[in-house]
Amino acid sequence: MAPKDPLQETFIEGSGNTYLSLQDSIGSLTLDQKRHNRFAWWFPFVVAFGMLQVMMLAITLLVFVGTGIWGINNPVGWGFAIINFVWWIGIGHAGTLISAILLLFRQQWRNSINRFAEAMTIFAVMCAGMFPLLHTGRPWVAYWLMPIGPNNLGMWPQFRSPLVWDVFAVTTYLTVSALFWFIGMIPDFATLRDKAKTFVPRFAFGMLSMGWRGASRHWHRYEQAYLILAGLSTPLVLSVHSIVSLDFAVSIMPGWHATIFPPYFVAGAVYAGFAMVLTLAIPVRKWYGLEHIITLKHIEWMAKIMLATGLFVFYGYICEAFYAFYSGNPFEKAMMLNRMTGPYWWSYAALIFCNGLAPQILWSKKIRQNLPILMVVCFIVSVGMWLERFVIVATTLHRDFLPSSWGMYFGTIWDWGLYLGTMGLFTFLMWLFLRFLPIINIFEVKELFYKMTGRHGAPKPAAAVAGTPEKVTADE
Amino acid sequence: MGMDNEQKRNDLAALQAKLAQSRGKDLWRGLEEVSETEEFNRWLDDEFPNRGTLPHVDRRDFLKFMGASMLLAGLSGCRFLPKSHIVPHVMGPEDRVTGIAVYYATTFVQDGFGTGVLVRTYEGRPLKIEGNALHPSSLGATNATMQAAMQTMYDPDRAKLVTYRGEPSTWELALGTFRKCIEQTKKGELGPIAVLTPLTTSPTFAAWMRKFVSQTGARWYQYDGVGRDAAREGVRMAFGDDTTPVYDFKKANVVVSLDADFFSEGPGHVRYTRDFADRRRVHGEDVQLNRVYAVESTPNLVGAFADNKKRCKASEVRQVAEALATAIGMGSGGSAPASVGDSFVQQAAQELLANRGSCVVVPGEHQPKEVHALAHAMNVFLGNAGLTVTYVEPVEADSKNGVLSLSRLVEAMGAGQVGTLLILGGNPAFDAPADLNFAAALGKVEHTFHMGVYANETSELCDWHLPEAYFLEAWGDARAHDGTASIIQPLIEPLYDGKSQLELVAALCNDPRGGLDLVRDFWMKERGLTKEAWEKSLHDGVIEGTASREVAATLQPLNLDPAPATSGLEVIFRPDPTIGDGFYANNGWLQELPKPLTKTTWDNCVYVSPKTAEELKLNVWRDADNPQHDLAEVTVGSASVRAPVIIQPGHPDGAITLHVGYGRTKAGLIGDGCGSNVYPLRTTATMHFAGNASLKVVGKAKVANTQYHHSMHGRDIVRYGSVSKYKENPTLEPPGTMHIGGHGKDEDKYNLFRQGKKDHAFDGHQWAMVVDLGLCVGCNACVAACNVENNIAVVGKDQVINGREMHWIRIDRYYGSKDGAPSLDSPDTHFMPLACMHCEMAPCEPVCPVAATVHSAEGLNMMVYNRCVGTRYCSNNCPYKVRRFNFLYFTKQYEKPSLKMLMNPDVTVRSRGVMEKCTFCVQRINKARIEEKKSGVPLKDGDVITACQQACPTQAIIFGDLTDEQSQVNKWRHEQRNYTLLPELGIRPRTTYLAKVTNPNEEVEA
Amino acid sequence: MSETTLEQPRLHGILAEFDDPDDLLEAAGKAHAAGYTRLEAYTPFPVHGLSEAIGFKEAKVPWLIFVSGVIGAFAGLGLQYYTAVIDYPMNVGGRPNFSWPSFFPVTFECTILFAAFGAVFGMLGMNGLPRPHHPIFGGKNFELASQDKFFLCVESDDPQFDPARVSEFLRGLGAQNVSEVEND
Repeated sequence: MAPKDPLQETFIEGSGNTYLSLQDSIGSLTLDQKRHNRFAWWFPFVVAFGMLQVMMLAITLLVFVGTGIWGINNPVGWGFAIINFVWWIGIGHAGTLISAILLLFRQQWRNSINRFAEAMTIFAVMCAGMFPLLHTGRPWVAYWLMPIGPNNLGMWPQFRSPLVWDVFAVTTYLTVSALFWFIGMIPDFATLRDKAKTFVPRFAFGMLSMGWRGASRHWHRYEQAYLILAGLSTPLVLSVHSIVSLDFAVSIMPGWHATIFPPYFVAGAVYAGFAMVLTLAIPVRKWYGLEHIITLKHIEWMAKIMLATGLFVFYGYICEAFYAFYSGNPFEKAMMLNRMTGPYWWSYAALIFCNGLAPQILWSKKIRQNLPILMVVCFIVSVGMWLERFVIVATTLHRDFLPSSWGMYFGTIWDWGLYLGTMGLFTFLMWLFLRFLPIINIFEVKELFYKMTGRHGAPKPAAAVAGTPEKVTADE
Repeated sequence: MGMDNEQKRNDLAALQAKLAQSRGKDLWRGLEEVSETEEFNRWLDDEFPNRGTLPHVDRRDFLKFMGASMLLAGLSGCRFLPKSHIVPHVMGPEDRVTGIAVYYATTFVQDGFGTGVLVRTYEGRPLKIEGNALHPSSLGATNATMQAAMQTMYDPDRAKLVTYRGEPSTWELALGTFRKCIEQTKKGELGPIAVLTPLTTSPTFAAWMRKFVSQTGARWYQYDGVGRDAAREGVRMAFGDDTTPVYDFKKANVVVSLDADFFSEGPGHVRYTRDFADRRRVHGEDVQLNRVYAVESTPNLVGAFADNKKRCKASEVRQVAEALATAIGMGSGGSAPASVGDSFVQQAAQELLANRGSCVVVPGEHQPKEVHALAHAMNVFLGNAGLTVTYVEPVEADSKNGVLSLSRLVEAMGAGQVGTLLILGGNPAFDAPADLNFAAALGKVEHTFHMGVYANETSELCDWHLPEAYFLEAWGDARAHDGTASIIQPLIEPLYDGKSQLELVAALCNDPRGGLDLVRDFWMKERGLTKEAWEKSLHDGVIEGTASREVAATLQPLNLDPAPATSGLEVIFRPDPTIGDGFYANNGWLQELPKPLTKTTWDNCVYVSPKTAEELKLNVWRDADNPQHDLAEVTVGSASVRAPVIIQPGHPDGAITLHVGYGRTKAGLIGDGCGSNVYPLRTTATMHFAGNASLKVVGKAKVANTQYHHSMHGRDIVRYGSVSKYKENPTLEPPGTMHIGGHGKDEDKYNLFRQGKKDHAFDGHQWAMVVDLGLCVGCNACVAACNVENNIAVVGKDQVINGREMHWIRIDRYYGSKDGAPSLDSPDTHFMPLACMHCEMAPCEPVCPVAATVHSAEGLNMMVYNRCVGTRYCSNNCPYKVRRFNFLYFTKQYEKPSLKMLMNPDVTVRSRGVMEKCTFCVQRINKARIEEKKSGVPLKDGDVITACQQACPTQAIIFGDLTDEQSQVNKWRHEQRNYTLLPELGIRPRTTYLAKVTNPNEEVEA
Repeated sequence: MSETTLEQPRLHGILAEFDDPDDLLEAAGKAHAAGYTRLEAYTPFPVHGLSEAIGFKEAKVPWLIFVSGVIGAFAGLGLQYYTAVIDYPMNVGGRPNFSWPSFFPVTFECTILFAAFGAVFGMLGMNGLPRPHHPIFGGKNFELASQDKFFLCVESDDPQFDPARVSEFLRGLGAQNVSEVEND
């Protein structure tokens, strides 16, 4: 058993909690729809749905007219599509990190937020996954990147290309995260099945729970599988963003061709991910009265992780600049100078502010616990992480080796439309999740409560045993 | 098109007449087309991609296209062969095998002078123009205009039928009317007949014109928008009578250019460029370079190439000429303007004197006659006559001073002394000097006829428009810069209802015969050509022994009237570098061809030097990447024109340059509305430059440049050095250059992929290219040739601004100066043609997720279009950025029936969403390889010639097989000045460059 | 678990309900010590030591995951080797046909993917899930087994199974409710 965390007591706050009370505060969100504040649920949902329509429009136009509706050009062949892809993937990473890595480290406090974070991961990866397909000139044949084949011309994918690695990494990541998520929910489905009063939820959750009955043999295998799955997800999540970073690092372009990319992309991913978790968790815990389960402790600890990863990322920027000037490679030098002083200086400056400087205020405990300010910081970080990818893509490509081919890049309305659209999709799915699935892992919260309150095999006071159990007859 | 207005529209008689004389497929055309209704025109219009938004998908457009294409089915069927030949091939003709190209010799006419060309045809469809090696003006080379002319041939906006005041009519009616006019004139009921033609060298046409004149008492006037009056008058001034100077740059050790651009304009410039290049080849120890002293007003190609260059206002060139004359000891007085400086003149003079008989002074086409006269005088004085410059009998047939001739015509018209005016070709309503007010005078003429390939601004003002057959559609002849005559042989029946000017004039002399009979009879009867000689001249593309004879050049005493004082801001007028005087305004390939020096497309601009720009408060230090330029309004006298400003390093101070030819209103869908019309600023007195101009900024305008950054940023891109530097260090390599896997140099030392070499041994021919930067003059011929050969799409101004032009080969232009730092006032100019380098360790290949770009055993970097999904990763990872992506459906334009015929069947027409790039003309390689297999005779050097190489007038591009020890490409590759671009990347491009060796006279003070 | 046969016993087993996981833990231990072998405990969340208490030790799942991971690795590498070296080799930027460094990422991802499948489907398979119905669902108050009650069941195929004695024994362990669970 894990060493008892001195802080554990505060992971579930308030007195008079029982297994049932905890369960109901979460479960009834799905079973008792009245608990949903009309405004808090419907307003974001409707806005998100609207943005989703923008996405549909942007995609339709893209397919019928071509990537020319975007701002990409020669020399800047990649733009918003790749930037958003990396951004979304990065956001996804916090989910897996919370549920898998913290599980491995036996961080009990994760139990209150992992389900939520995993859902975020899956939806974020769905948003991310669209872009590599859509950004191709001929999306209808984008499936040629998969080893479904040999497809046209009797050919296979070209496995030396990082884009193929992406396909494998992202699909694996999506699949494993989804499995992890679903397995985690099976016992909760059983709980809701048994709690549900009406037929529909009973039937639906009955199907989903696959007849889970909480037998100890099942729990035994379940925990083995769950733990190892977490063990698998940890290297997976690290590999995914490393591979994404190889899209750039494998090339020969100044500013891309750098060995530091994998680590600092992963750090950046976690950074952005936690920012997003907080951005969503802070309002949700308020609206749904979950403050006693997602406590200030959680918030504060997540803020700390943001601060730490933020520092990694900042270190990454410093290294990049150092390499550029230390390398003695004239093209690298020119690239870095152009980043800082060229036409896109503003994006680099903003990047340093958003990701490097702004989060430094999190050193103060007061601020870590001041939710409005924390929200603002998280938002700034999300913007900063987007800018990071913009800086990487645009400033490298728009001025590479031969001055004759230099140019500029700006997103068009359709670039923005698709980007906002995916935000719509994300929020849309997230809000459905809030309403129809257990947003916090019920059985793990109970387990946590048990660990906090139970005797754990210590002998029971004799008095408690006294009193004869009532007679049970077969006909009763 | 409702029933009612159809009746209103159609003069039934005309319609019936038309249908009666219509041929074969015409019957399938709709009435709308026959009667050229608005609807129909709009149909044509909409369905032709508008230059701005070329590819825009829209259901209505699509339907319009469907409809119009059905209507045009008749056209697309096209009468490739003379009708008398259209019979099913029971036994196919010996010389025509489907899919095998056949070449025919014919003559391309530019500014009246002929250049011999060979035209490649497929199943009788002319497709690509190549130079004719036997023709003195070509020697196998071409220029950009000749290459792109093919698009004009198939231009859907060409005039399609005879129209009377815009309504469809017939040849019968038109000719009938004209004959009536002749009758009335003879009876004295109508004023005399006047014929206005452009300058012509065609013996047959001239003969028929004279016949017409004598039969009808008509007067023959001549005018060209951009004429050669000054050159002609200069010669007359120098020698008393008319002769034509023919230069021989092979023999010239020293060339002095007085604002001359013999690389890109004037008779024989293609030939001159080639001769010139023969004196610039550096081979190992052998560095016998000629030396060029150039004085230029508007920066031009010769100036860009010159070893010693000075800039001055166009009006000051005459002073330079006088100073030079004085310096070589003839004439008296005259000192060079400050901007040029004495040392330049003195040095030039010394070298001229030291090279008597082997030097040449070349006057600029757009310089006043005095400069020409002085230049010729100096040439004679220096004993160059008959050596480096030969004066021959005039090549132009019955040449007239265009401006004078037109003024007389306008006078006569104004005085109501012209009853009938026949304008053959040309577009005087658009390009006549403003003070003549040609349009107004035209109104006073009773009957006006205009014949032209296009119905243009002039046709609009004339009663009748007669469609002219393009040079590929009709018989004719023309003479080269040295007088050699050659036949214009049609490759295809007129696509539309056109006749040649010759046929028209003959018809008006009541000779109904076709062009073939007219031309053949002229040469066989009047010039006594035997049948064999005739056939030989058709085959060779030149008529032997027709070159003009040399005439004794005896100088007249030069009494030059004092130079007119010009003051204030000077405006220099020049023809546009790509669309010329405006005739080619509707040619997308030429519109999108970057101007050689500014890399501007689709526009004419105000070119101004940095210093003057500052004085004029123009935004000089604008952000280079921003397409927004100042929009200036230039005013000369009462006329003014608005155009975007381009800061042109090397432009003389106190002057601006404007290119005529733009601002067409009746050019067609591509040309209309591009740029602004500068002709209204030109008067009879100021045809080449005008003083006292004023300029003010009135706003901003976007300019579509293909290159925004002008310096090499200290990078080792174009290697260059003077002869002395070359002798110190033949590699001309900057210190500290890294070599990774450079050819020959420890090839595999740094190669991580030795196993890769084992897995993929190169075998068979190994294709490679060498580009001699010392020879490239930046003329764009290669770019145009590549466009035609490889079906390159035109993307339009907006897309060019977006950086999406599709040219497979581009010519980068960099400014630099001796010490590397770019000088804005008078920079060195370097050109670097750049296409796919076919790297052996191509960085584009490993990053492609679907293996759409891979390597062939012959070392070609192959692009598999139908495998490409369009991730653009290859382009991102290409250090040279030579890949081009179809962001939109750019080739939609080629769905147009007539433009479909322009497509080279050997090359895939790329669709939306795929990457493309230079293939080393793989279709030509494959053709050659097939021949090799069939004949069993191994390929020899020169069997495979890429389109760019073939077009190049200086032969700066060498392509060939590395495995052939004797091949040219091997020979040049082993030069010490051979280098790879970006060697430190270790990607081993198959295209390498030869460093540029210049031959400056260090004595000249900067 | 056991599938129904013709001569199926009437009872599935005796079910005892506890309020507190620790009581269940204790009871399970005692029952196992008392020699009952066909025991099963039901809890709303995993109670550590419970499966050991009823004498259940098994480590098949980890092995299954390991094996499927290995299969995944070979599948991934095999696919790349076959396509790039055997089926359609070509010169891609002069790289070797077998560019193993470039083939590493895909191999790794396949390993993870297959292992994850092994974990999920292995676990479900061994647990005999999905199984929508089970006799135990008929047990008294059993719906609370997923809420806040804790159950111990002595199944009828236990050698020492005798309804009366078992019920008695379980009551002795302090269960609130002891009831018979019928097979159906």
